[in-house]
Amino acid sequence: MAFLAGDVYPCRSPMNVATVRRPLFLLVLVALSILPFVIQQTLGNAWLRTLDTAMLYIMLALGLNIVIGYAGLLDLGYIAFYAVGAYTYALLNSPQLLPLLSGTGYEGLLHTPIWIVLPLAAFLAGLFGMLLGAPTLKLRGDYLAIVTLGFGEIIRLLLRNLTRPVNITNGPIGINQIAPASFAGHRITSPVHLGSIELSSLHQYYFLFLVLVLCVILVSARLQDSRIGRAWIAIREDEIAAQAMGINTRNVKLMAFAMGASFGGVSGALFASYQGFVSPESFILMESVMVLAMVVLGGMGNIPGVILGAILISLTPEVLRDIVNPLQDRFLGERIVAPDDLRMLVFAMALILVMLLRPEGLWPSRRRKAEFHEADPVVTPGTRAGQHD
Amino acid sequence: MTEALLEIRGINKRFGGLHALNDVSLSIRRGEIYGLIGPNGAGKTTLFNVLTGLYQPDEGSFTFNGIDLFRKKPHVVVASGIARTFQNIRLFHNMTALENVMVGRHARAKAGILGAVLRSRRTQHEEAAIKQRAAQLLDYVGISHRADDIAKHLSYGDQRRLEIARALATDPILLALDEPAAGMNSTETESLKRLMQTIRDSGITILLIEHDVKLMMGLCDRIAVLDYGRKIAEGVPETIRTDPKVIEAYLGVAES
Ligand SMILES: Nc1ncnc2c1ncn2[C@@H]1O[C@H](COP(=O)(O)OP(=O)(O)OP(=O)(O)O)[C@@H](O)[C@H]1O
Ligand SMILES: [Mg+2]
Repeated sequence: MAFLAGDVYPCRSPMNVATVRRPLFLLVLVALSILPFVIQQTLGNAWLRTLDTAMLYIMLALGLNIVIGYAGLLDLGYIAFYAVGAYTYALLNSPQLLPLLSGTGYEGLLHTPIWIVLPLAAFLAGLFGMLLGAPTLKLRGDYLAIVTLGFGEIIRLLLRNLTRPVNITNGPIGINQIAPASFAGHRITSPVHLGSIELSSLHQYYFLFLVLVLCVILVSARLQDSRIGRAWIAIREDEIAAQAMGINTRNVKLMAFAMGASFGGVSGALFASYQGFVSPESFILMESVMVLAMVVLGGMGNIPGVILGAILISLTPEVLRDIVNPLQDRFLGERIVAPDDLRMLVFAMALILVMLLRPEGLWPSRRRKAEFHEADPVVTPGTRAGQHD
Repeated sequence: MTEALLEIRGINKRFGGLHALNDVSLSIRRGEIYGLIGPNGAGKTTLFNVLTGLYQPDEGSFTFNGIDLFRKKPHVVVASGIARTFQNIRLFHNMTALENVMVGRHARAKAGILGAVLRSRRTQHEEAAIKQRAAQLLDYVGISHRADDIAKHLSYGDQRRLEIARALATDPILLALDEPAAGMNSTETESLKRLMQTIRDSGITILLIEHDVKLMMGLCDRIAVLDYGRKIAEGVPETIRTDPKVIEAYLGVAES
């Protein structure tokens, strides 16, 4: 019987997958390398900047996807981990802590290279993820959502108020003069010349972000098809059955919180470097909601779907700006509504439409599609509904 | 063989004022099929739940294979060799049949996050082994043709079989089945019976809850009868069949 298994379900051998996928992957890679230049030439720098931001959101959305899409834990305070990453980078690459460190011989810490900050930010955010996870392990659904929402706000308020007795976060004003990422003496803000092509800082950030987005995708994909990934999904499907299958649900949930948070931390560190400035106002509840919307709209639990959701939502403001103003100029002669005001309206309508027409998201996984479109098994004759039967 | 594999002693479980298990003691021997019968609400499923760690028993003791399992977490119980199925099927409904069984291998595999991310040679081997074993088990219970189907699309009988395959994936020493034949027709029940015998012949001890008395009498080596949370009888099928207390509490109704 064992030997038959291979014939009945021909699993594609690694060779096959590679021969199909490798050229496709290279093609996508080439396209992605050309993309920033095309965008800049045709649409301008503002769009390139939006593209860079979109990549930060892709990382965030993929991180939240682990927590909510795989493990089914509704986290409304996810942006807190972005904040942890951002402040980690900010504190280690700005003069903010100079008064504290001057004369101690540790001033060098304020120029910590990005290849150290990124893993550190991931680690710290992961730690905060566990910190959030530990007290919420027994909570589900609405209760979990409320506690995580509170956690997000606590982190934001902490950042606003960690100014006494020593000024760490600089309160609501935030941290300025954050040095951009640098590698081996090269600052990402100084242009690079490749023959006749000039790589501006926006281009360089694009490629830095691209590398990290690809890493995050790889990690997500590998986790999804792993022992731990299956355990996450099992918990989401039926926690009691998962326990009865030998899954230590406490540990496995903590892993989901930590892993998801660490993606947020990486994204946050990059954000601080890119923006050169961080303040608590970048980490309000609305941001958590936006990231959640990306995951839900795109297709919870499905990596391509989540990426699509992140791109669509982070490009919307830019698209609106490019469409609404010219339209108003042309047909009304004056500008009545600001594109930014329309943003929420458009999001709300998009979400309502998706929830009505495609509740599983624009690009769902097979599992999620099944969840929404095929009836659950009928209650069986002779059995009685009971919690643990 | 008469060695006791599972020793249940003086188990009590109360839900508020309801004494769901009242001083229940049983001893299950290695290699037997041990039946648990009794009217609705007798406490059979509750016994499974306290044994497998889903509920906390109030008093008593469980000794399994020389280990103390009283009030242990479900994953500890599974790791020590007890697997179960549920009366109301609890599959991972939106995962494929194969994935369901692969989840069952969780306790017998090691790969953590780092292994998965780095895709180390060891993780790859383990993953391949998990998949192969899962496919094997689907074949063993006779549903290999449904491997890539979403669990909830399987027929009712196949879902029952899938639950058994998933439980077997944990490499149990004792397999606890809660009404696996409920809702099956007689042909399905007959082939399920053969499956249970095959499992037992492979060396796995079975603890079985079932209402189908004919099936139980033909299949079990010994049977215990629960009524209102108390064990009212225990023994080989012949003595159970003729026990006046059992006839009054259960069989009289079931066989009339
Ligand atoms: N979680 C619970 N909370 C309160 N009461 C419970 C709980 N679980 C079971 N009970 C009660 O305990 C008693 C025993 O239930 P149990 O499910 O163990 O019966 P059973 O023997 O499996 O019956 P059936 O043959 O109908 O499956 C019943 O009266 C039931 O209502
Ligand atoms: Mg029951």
